[in-house]
Amino acid sequence: MEAASGRRIRVLVAKLGLDAHDRGAKVVARAYRDAGFEVIYTGLYQRPEAVAAAAIQEDVDVVAVSSLAGAHGVLIPQLIQLLREQGVDDVLILAGGIIPEDEVPALLEAGVSRVFGPGSDLEEIIEYTRENVKR
Amino acid sequence: MATAERKERFAGVSDRPVKRFYGPDDIAGFEYDRDLGDPGEYPFTRGVHPTMYRGKLWTMRQFAGFGTAEETNARFRYLLEQGQTGLSTAFDMPTLLGYDSDHPYANGEVGKLGVAIDSLRDFEILFDSIPLDKVSTSMTINPPASIMLAMYLVVAEKQGVAWDQVSGTIQNDILKDYIAQKTYIYPPGPSMRLITDVMAFCARNVPRWNTISISGYHIREAGATAAQELAFTLADGMAYVEAGIRAGLDVDEFAPRLSFFFDVHNDFFEEIAKFRAARRIWARVMRERFGARNPRSWMLRTHAQTAGVSLTAQQPENNIVRVALQALAAVLGGTQSLHTNSYDEALALPSEEAVRIALRTQQIIAEESGVANVVDPLAGSYYVEYLTNKLEEEAWDYFGKIEALGGVVAAIEKGWFQQQIADSAYRFQRRVMNGDYKVVGVNAYVDPDEKPATNILKVNPEVQRRQIERVREVRATRDQKAAEAALAELRRASQTDENLMPYIIECVRSYCTVGEICGAWRELWGEYREESVY
Amino acid sequence: MKPEDRAAELFARLRSGDRRALARAITWIENGAEEATALLRLVYPLTGRAHVVGITGPPGAGKSTLVDRLASEQRARGRTVAIVAVDPTSPFSGGAILGDRIRMQRTLTDPGVFMRSLAARGHLGGLSPATGEVVSVLDAFGFDVILVETVGTGQSEVEIMALAHTTCVVVVPGLGDEIQAIKAGILEIGDVFVCNKADRDGADRTVNEIEMMLDLGHMGQPGINRWPAEPAEGGGAQSPAAGAALPPGADAALRRLDRTGHHSAADLARAAGYMTRAAVHAAERHGTANPGDISWRPPVLKTVAKDGQGVEAVVDRLDEHLTFLRETGRWEARREKDAALRLQELVGQRAARATLDRARAAGDLELLVRQVAERRLDPYTAADEILRNHWGR
Repeated sequence: MEAASGRRIRVLVAKLGLDAHDRGAKVVARAYRDAGFEVIYTGLYQRPEAVAAAAIQEDVDVVAVSSLAGAHGVLIPQLIQLLREQGVDDVLILAGGIIPEDEVPALLEAGVSRVFGPGSDLEEIIEYTRENVKR
Repeated sequence: MATAERKERFAGVSDRPVKRFYGPDDIAGFEYDRDLGDPGEYPFTRGVHPTMYRGKLWTMRQFAGFGTAEETNARFRYLLEQGQTGLSTAFDMPTLLGYDSDHPYANGEVGKLGVAIDSLRDFEILFDSIPLDKVSTSMTINPPASIMLAMYLVVAEKQGVAWDQVSGTIQNDILKDYIAQKTYIYPPGPSMRLITDVMAFCARNVPRWNTISISGYHIREAGATAAQELAFTLADGMAYVEAGIRAGLDVDEFAPRLSFFFDVHNDFFEEIAKFRAARRIWARVMRERFGARNPRSWMLRTHAQTAGVSLTAQQPENNIVRVALQALAAVLGGTQSLHTNSYDEALALPSEEAVRIALRTQQIIAEESGVANVVDPLAGSYYVEYLTNKLEEEAWDYFGKIEALGGVVAAIEKGWFQQQIADSAYRFQRRVMNGDYKVVGVNAYVDPDEKPATNILKVNPEVQRRQIERVREVRATRDQKAAEAALAELRRASQTDENLMPYIIECVRSYCTVGEICGAWRELWGEYREESVY
Repeated sequence: MKPEDRAAELFARLRSGDRRALARAITWIENGAEEATALLRLVYPLTGRAHVVGITGPPGAGKSTLVDRLASEQRARGRTVAIVAVDPTSPFSGGAILGDRIRMQRTLTDPGVFMRSLAARGHLGGLSPATGEVVSVLDAFGFDVILVETVGTGQSEVEIMALAHTTCVVVVPGLGDEIQAIKAGILEIGDVFVCNKADRDGADRTVNEIEMMLDLGHMGQPGINRWPAEPAEGGGAQSPAAGAALPPGADAALRRLDRTGHHSAADLARAAGYMTRAAVHAAERHGTANPGDISWRPPVLKTVAKDGQGVEAVVDRLDEHLTFLRETGRWEARREKDAALRLQELVGQRAARATLDRARAAGDLELLVRQVAERRLDPYTAADEILRNHWGR
């Protein structure tokens, strides 16, 4: 997928912490690829520091964090904090997985643009990403 | 006569095409004695016991665990009061991966997906007032499985229960972790050694303990089809049998304590056929390939759990119906024990109300539906027998492929299983996306005014703090010399061929923590890392 | 701001060691952004210092895992490391999944390491078209070593040889027939051969086969002397000074032929005859070789990258190859050759682009294309016509 400027959108699909569930992350990664995005997948068990470093070095447009183990409330804000400390403010942050509805506001507050719950339509995720990349 | 049909192609969850009807030609060559046999007779297609549920109902075993040991202990006791007949323990991610609650990596994960266990102190609380000679306990944990078993045995000892009276199961199935569940720690070599050590130790000291629960559940949940689940799980089983034999054990010494764990998904008949095919394949493999003589070695005994992945966050009450149908399939398939999922599990941990409905679902099937009165009532159905044969055939195809890749471990290292599963998962998701597979409430019959559910269980954020306090207190108050000595001995033995179980038991007895024991092994053996993406 | 100004601004940040600026510079280059050329002009004087090492080999050979270990070992030797990993682009969607980072967990948060994944973006070779320029920026940023990992298929071997100072070819045991197939392409471009996953069956056989093919390949060449002059593992090779009747490696090759046991007596005889002639050449040259005549006999090493086994030796050999390039004058010669090639390439690209642009603007291009498509005109005549009317104007 090319952004307005004619370049490919790069997405970092990340698994944070000790959460071993990677089915959703992999399905989303493939969907992005098949929609023409370039996807960097971090693999399992990543620390927020490593994901922030990857986001910077890979100069991605989007960081999509998949969380099914309940640690999103701690780890996603940590990641966003690390990115901000390093001056990154033009990256779209998305979260997906099992994230209870009443925990969504705190994530949005922390800087997540949108949370996609279970059963989210892949097309919708792609469409949203395409329309909301910040550069 | 009208011949038009609703669709051009009919197919279930696994996307295998289904004909309009099935008849004698579809099971040509079918022989009752060879292919089925009576219930309780080789090859056990119809069930491993002659009387099945007329003799004893399946064990209703609800998986539970969250927060601290106190909270889980309370849930255990609630479930036993409600008529549940066995316990099943869920552990949190740090415990599953061998980190103590105060490890920096555990931050935010303590007590979230299961109970946090750091040391024997937690186990003493977890099983407080639960008589370990009366209940059987299943523990869903893999790399640290031997440590949990050791803790269980020490708690039993403290209750005055002899080890040969203790019964239960540890999952202890590392191969499916490399393939699908991903809660691995060490590389395959030392991981398999821990497993064979447990098999040997239990054969001699804890005869009623199921040493491995060879699991298809996670393989299926990660996206595999029914045939892949069946084939990959049985292939793992064969790899464990080979490992046991290589470790010098007699096949009949450990094979009777191997048990299985399958998923039960939505495709009703395919699921029933899967259980029947699994029993038939295993019986033949054990008798003919591995030369087992004890009929108990031939019997595939299994636990089943309804498919978590089939639950929807949308219109969650519909999940009660899904679970009921899946549970019925598991019972018609002849499972030995069953966990029914709670309807709110696509949202968060199950609430007490949801767990009760899930358990009642099993009780209604057992007591009201009449299906427990007769053994294997679907035998002889053209479609079910055709599917049973078909799944068996597909499984043998996969066995051939795995063999050609150099066996299970080699295929894991090549990423073959992971690729197969990721392909199936993506194919399924695309079918949902384009509406070829309908999911009620998600891509069909959607309720536009649906409000998000709010009545869901939350883990108290205090849990992490309390758990950290406790593990620090344990470390501060234990006999430090004894703990260090036990750990040093374990380290030493880990570099030899000795059976490690006695050393692990000594470690937990002196309150070494899960993180300390797993940490010692991490240092010695290194960590496994999955190196591919699909 | 004009592209030049934006480039100057980013260049200033690059010089101050800003890693985000480096990442953004690479993005510009990848996208062919208008700022990229301006930036590359600024960057060029700072390039030419890093040791660029190419890592190639068939898919599944464990290249990424080896790269991760090589980076750690280079860090242990006090060097900073940049890694460029290229993955294929889906021909259907243009998208890609870049998974090399998964295998590079050891150095991810080390400030002395920078890694970038590139998609091949429709380029048929194993490198992204931007790889060379990406390497330039990394070089200018000041990394001591740049490891470039290819897709491992297509034309990557040839491209990596043109880009890297030292090319490391990674294979795995049990390739069997594949080794025959790769020998033609890969054997000629490898400076260091690594048999990874050497804990698997057949590692020794694979090493022997490569050694043998290398020995045969080096037989008839001038300057068969080994660099540096030292006996090979197993004592097969002899130092040039020994002036033996058989060239170094020849007897080793013979013995390996023998050991593999898969060769007929006729093969052996043929090999022996070939070697005898080569030995005559060799003897004549012994002792008289000038540095430029000394050639590099690629070493063949065994590693188990996932456990880090054998990795130190690989870095030793990479270092040695760098010394070899420098001390034999090849490093300098290479700079000249690279400069010539780069100029030729740029002039070609720019002349072609400018000429076609003018032909298009004049409406000639469309017309000629149609005529060629309809077989009313041959493409050679059409090209001449475009050049006659639009080139260099």
